[in-house]
Amino acid sequence: MKIKKCLYVNRRAPYGTCYALEAIDMVLIGSAFDQDISLLFIDDGLFQLKKGQDTADLEIKNHSPAYRAFEMYDVEKIYVSKEAMAARGLKRGDLLVDVELLSDSRIKELMDEHDVIFSF
Amino acid sequence: MSILHTVNKSPFEKNSLESCLRYAKSGSAVLLIEDGIYAALAGTTFEQRVTTAMSELDFYCLASDVKARGFSSSNVMDGIKLVDYAGFVDLTVEYEKVQAWL
Repeated sequence: MKIKKCLYVNRRAPYGTCYALEAIDMVLIGSAFDQDISLLFIDDGLFQLKKGQDTADLEIKNHSPAYRAFEMYDVEKIYVSKEAMAARGLKRGDLLVDVELLSDSRIKELMDEHDVIFSF
Repeated sequence: MSILHTVNKSPFEKNSLESCLRYAKSGSAVLLIEDGIYAALAGTTFEQRVTTAMSELDFYCLASDVKARGFSSSNVMDGIKLVDYAGFVDLTVEYEKVQAWL
């Protein structure tokens, strides 16, 4: 069977909603089924990758270390919108994983190149 | 009769902050909580909007929500006061009413 190219599109900030956590679960499951996985972070989704998250005072789980573990699951293609970064005053060094910064016009093509898109 | 306005949504995703700033009367306060704290960060496209509003409104931001999202007091704009949960409670007592912009 042909391995499908799956793009996980993340648009929500962490903690305010459960989307970010659900996406992590889906990505880990998908990798177990040998999907060819790419992650895309646009809009507020890139806040999920912010370094230094500390949820101790909120008494909820900090799920951000999971992004660093993705590499072990062969999830290595992580893309972030350059425009979304600029609008939020963030730089590559603010993020906890290595990402590829893409322009929004390139992201259009990226979506086109994948067989399946999962939206979070 | 001042109001404490709370905003818990990201300004990039919802217009809760916009509406709050449109209807908040001079002398009232805005407390940014949960995803609302993204409006308190320096260097975003909302910085100017919030800075302008500061001339009429007092801004507060919940420190634990800032910390949870990977930011610190140094990322928060000058003029926005950080409060803890006890400070949140004090604000609700200090102001006549609370209006939550959801």
